[in-house]
Amino acid sequence: MQFFLEVLIGGLLSGVMYSLVALGFVLIFKASGVFNFAQGALVFLAALTTVGLMERGAPGWIAGLIAAILLGMAVLAVRKGRGAALGGRDWRKAGMFAAIAVGTILLIHKPLPFWGAVAVTLVFMVGVGVATERVVLRPLVNQPPISLFMATIGLTFFLEGLAQAMWGANVRGLDIGIPDEPIQWVMDRWGVLVSSFDLAGAGIAAVLVASLAVFFNKTRIGRALRAVADDHQAALAVGIPLKQIWAIVWAAAGFVALVAGLLWGARNGVQFALTFVALKALPVLILGGFESIAGAIVGGLIIGASEKLAEVYIGPMVGGGIESWFAYVVALLFLLVRPEGLFGEKHIDRV
Amino acid sequence: MKASILGRSLRPVAATLAAAAIGLGASGAAHAQAKEQFIPLTGYWVGPYAAGGSGFFGGMVDYLTMLNERDGGVNGVKFTFEKCETEYNNARGVECYERLKKKGPTGATLVHPLSTGITYSILEKAPQDKVPIISMGYGRTDAADGRVFPWVFPLITTYWSQASAMINYIAKKEGGHDKLKGKKIVLLYHDSAYGKEPHAVLQDEAKRHGFDLTLIAVAHPGNEQGAQWQQIRQIRPDYVILWGWGVMNPTALKAAQKTGFPREKMIGVWWAGAEEDTIPAGDAAKGYVAAGFNVAGTNYPVIREIQKYVYGKGKGEMDDKSRVGSIYYNRGVVAGIITAEAVRLAQERFGKGQPMTGEQVRWGIERLNIDNARLKQLGAEGFMPPLKVTCQDHEGSGLVKFQEWDGKQWKVLTDWIEPDRKLVRDKIEASAAAYAKEKGIALRDCSKEN
Amino acid sequence: MLYREAGQFKATYAEDQQIFPIRQDRIAITALLLVAFLVIPFVASDYWLKAILIPFLIFSLAALGLNILTGYAGQLSLGTAGFMAVGAFAAYNFELRVEWMPILVSWALGGLAAALVGIVFGLPSLRIKGFYLAVATLAAQFFIVWALTKFPWFSNYSSSGVITTGKTEIFGYVFDSPREKYLLVLAIVVLMALAAKNMVRSETGRAWMAVRDMDVAAEVVGIRMMHTKLLAFAVSSFYCGVAGALYAYAYIGTVEPEGFNLDLSFRILFMIIIGGVGSILGSFLGAGFIILFPIFLNSYADPIAHALGIDLPPGMTSNLELMIFGALIIFFLAVEPHGLARLWQIGKEKLRLWPFPH
Repeated sequence: MQFFLEVLIGGLLSGVMYSLVALGFVLIFKASGVFNFAQGALVFLAALTTVGLMERGAPGWIAGLIAAILLGMAVLAVRKGRGAALGGRDWRKAGMFAAIAVGTILLIHKPLPFWGAVAVTLVFMVGVGVATERVVLRPLVNQPPISLFMATIGLTFFLEGLAQAMWGANVRGLDIGIPDEPIQWVMDRWGVLVSSFDLAGAGIAAVLVASLAVFFNKTRIGRALRAVADDHQAALAVGIPLKQIWAIVWAAAGFVALVAGLLWGARNGVQFALTFVALKALPVLILGGFESIAGAIVGGLIIGASEKLAEVYIGPMVGGGIESWFAYVVALLFLLVRPEGLFGEKHIDRV
Repeated sequence: MKASILGRSLRPVAATLAAAAIGLGASGAAHAQAKEQFIPLTGYWVGPYAAGGSGFFGGMVDYLTMLNERDGGVNGVKFTFEKCETEYNNARGVECYERLKKKGPTGATLVHPLSTGITYSILEKAPQDKVPIISMGYGRTDAADGRVFPWVFPLITTYWSQASAMINYIAKKEGGHDKLKGKKIVLLYHDSAYGKEPHAVLQDEAKRHGFDLTLIAVAHPGNEQGAQWQQIRQIRPDYVILWGWGVMNPTALKAAQKTGFPREKMIGVWWAGAEEDTIPAGDAAKGYVAAGFNVAGTNYPVIREIQKYVYGKGKGEMDDKSRVGSIYYNRGVVAGIITAEAVRLAQERFGKGQPMTGEQVRWGIERLNIDNARLKQLGAEGFMPPLKVTCQDHEGSGLVKFQEWDGKQWKVLTDWIEPDRKLVRDKIEASAAAYAKEKGIALRDCSKEN
Repeated sequence: MLYREAGQFKATYAEDQQIFPIRQDRIAITALLLVAFLVIPFVASDYWLKAILIPFLIFSLAALGLNILTGYAGQLSLGTAGFMAVGAFAAYNFELRVEWMPILVSWALGGLAAALVGIVFGLPSLRIKGFYLAVATLAAQFFIVWALTKFPWFSNYSSSGVITTGKTEIFGYVFDSPREKYLLVLAIVVLMALAAKNMVRSETGRAWMAVRDMDVAAEVVGIRMMHTKLLAFAVSSFYCGVAGALYAYAYIGTVEPEGFNLDLSFRILFMIIIGGVGSILGSFLGAGFIILFPIFLNSYADPIAHALGIDLPPGMTSNLELMIFGALIIFFLAVEPHGLARLWQIGKEKLRLWPFPH
């Protein structure tokens, strides 16, 4: 019984880690109907950028390139800013771009402390998110989902190459200050092994989900997001700035990727294999539904627990290693009963 | 409208592509009779295993460049290289091999595929093209029987020798083989062909010495091992052998820490025993022991020569110079030493100062005898085991050292440890014989080789 | 002018229903086949045959299989490599365990085995759709590779789990040289491509497309959903299975289950999306692009950088290649979201009017 409990708790806690990755997919799918294959690459890019900045600061050529692009955008903002029609110029936007550009240059070859690196990475990930919306998705508006899906696969290649071009192929460790050891008093009291890191990870994920839920439900932008998710055309008709909303969503996905990257990076090391965590998120997605944040969490818990229990109790009978497909089969069986996932919206097809 | 713009802008692209297509086929003939020994580099500098690929080929190229700079190559024949990115993908590996095999004045000298999959994929192609394959510590284990596989050299040591040497190491640590009785050993393996390699040898050893062996599989990629380690915690084994690859290794070390399993009792395979495997695990890796057929560190004359003649002149393959002396880098240096020594030996037989063909180099590899005296001359004493290849034995050594990760670097723990040669050799010969039968290959008569 | 179909009158039903109704198409396809069969084998170097053309044909066949399922029947699948693995391992086992089995028959049986497995994994498609189905087919991908690794019977108890294919011998003739293998693969691929072309114009193909375009409507007009969808899975998997057998026998020679990993499935999916979803021609164009382009980049990135006077740090070329490849996919999709086949169609429209576009 104790062993069962231990496996169950371990499974639930790893399940939360899967949910964390699944969240990034859900955010984007909800708002723009894009199945963002690049989420794994975003996780990798975010984690690698953080440790890279901690280790040796920004590499000269990429910082120069980013600064140059930003300065160019600043100049553009001055020349034909939104107020240009009225004769005004968008000095505020220009100033922002210029400031980030200068900041980027200042970072060259200067190792940063952990929180500094996280902050800079956050700005970078938001930038990547916004740039993705502009360069990849906007030209493809109104294309079939499969083209958009393919475009995010192209983006995956690009980001994987970019991440390794910027920071090299080395694998690195990441210490975020949470020990990955059994909690002693739980051990003493119930004889059940629970890792403090897993518990902390679950806590962080819970906070993240709660804040996203508040963001979606209580803020103006959140309401606009939901409106967009419901019906693009209608949202556009009532004056919701669709492009801005998508940019915000991609930026948010970048943020979620950063959190996932830090936690998974601290767990398994920062290396290319971080892109594989996306595979763990996929069964969670189909189980929980592509459009539900709550589904991502509940799906993660179910997948995590059932996969671990299966590996321990069924695995030895068939030679083990069934984790690779078991989660998918669970999700599949579940889908046969409820084809739109746990919390997915039911679509009614009409001829 | 859109299409016509595209049509116009694509025209130069199409022209370039066409020109390139012609070039792809024809570029081999350009190098006329230069005194160059061409080495193809079919490796990976991108993707999940990029750290290993860049380190290995970095070390190999740096060593051969050092020979070029210091001695002007081998008797005046300089080494040249060309890289080809395989992404660790079999199909791309085959393309790379086919593209590079005819380059240089004498074609590819030999090929280090650095991937078991690619080794298998070119296993039958290379003999037809007369290009020897060296698969150091990976690839087809039974290719160590040179009578069946004349063109394949799983040099220094194979998975089976390693598995056996691991048991010998444990016995030594416990104070004798008789102490193994009743011990519990878990093999935690990557669930793939690679991870299944040691099963038979370990099972035989378990039968002979009376220890309990439990096999626990980890599904690829292995970034989640909660369930496996909870099983291990239940079994309470005396040792865990970690037969992992890629992200599976640091994850295993972290999970061991999480479940309180002592890292000193974990023994890793050589693909789980590099800095790339321990650094990501942070403190969790401290005390972890791994096998290796080369050691880490820069404190060897051969590495110092590389630093002097290559990096001292502003050359060198490694972006990050701190990786010079790492496990993968040094493994590449070993590959470089073997390559250069085989070419040297071939030149002594077939003409000094001439570029050697693949066939001649094969002759050289098969007669390699790098003893301790020679290793000392090369500045690599203790860096790699002595190596003696014969027509029968394409492994040549079978020796393994065990190293411990002290939190910062690998520390050598033991001297070269022997495998159970008879057990391993019998298995190799049986397996090779089965292959020969399936393929209808007649065994080479080694007494007729001169 | 070049491509004007005016004046080609169809006098009989047979003429109207032939596979290539336009004369120029017939000429073009005949010329192409003649070149492929009679010219290329004697012009192309061994490198081109072995490393580019044979894999190109084999991957085209796999892409064709996926295109039948995804492009025509509208069922997105990520398990292509798994079905290829079934084909390869089944063909190997038929060949190994049944003495008298002719090689072509065992390849076909490999395809059939894949078709059976395809039907099993196609069953969920009766309930679930779209990306949900795509992720569900991943179960097939992972399960098949796991099973092939796990049960040593499939690889004839080889210690390393790999299989080595035997000789390719048909009626006593051994196909050994790259040229012979190329011709054999070409013949099989051409036959199967023509069959596919015919199939998609038949009642079956029309039913597939009806299901793709709107399954509820298709059901209402009396198309049997189960029969149609499962047939698509079966036919698609058959093509993939034969491609897998050819991959093992005519191309790589020695295969391991991990060779048929998720990466390969994705690669084949890229082929049909880049080439054109729902187009036979697109499968070939896409395979050509996905195979040739990285090779092209790899061969010419360094020389081009040198010519421009840039000294790339080691390893950088590989990363840049990946970035350029990704950027180009995005660029292509932005310019032509319907793939290369659509470009070809636009080209044909132009040719129809050329040289007088008004």
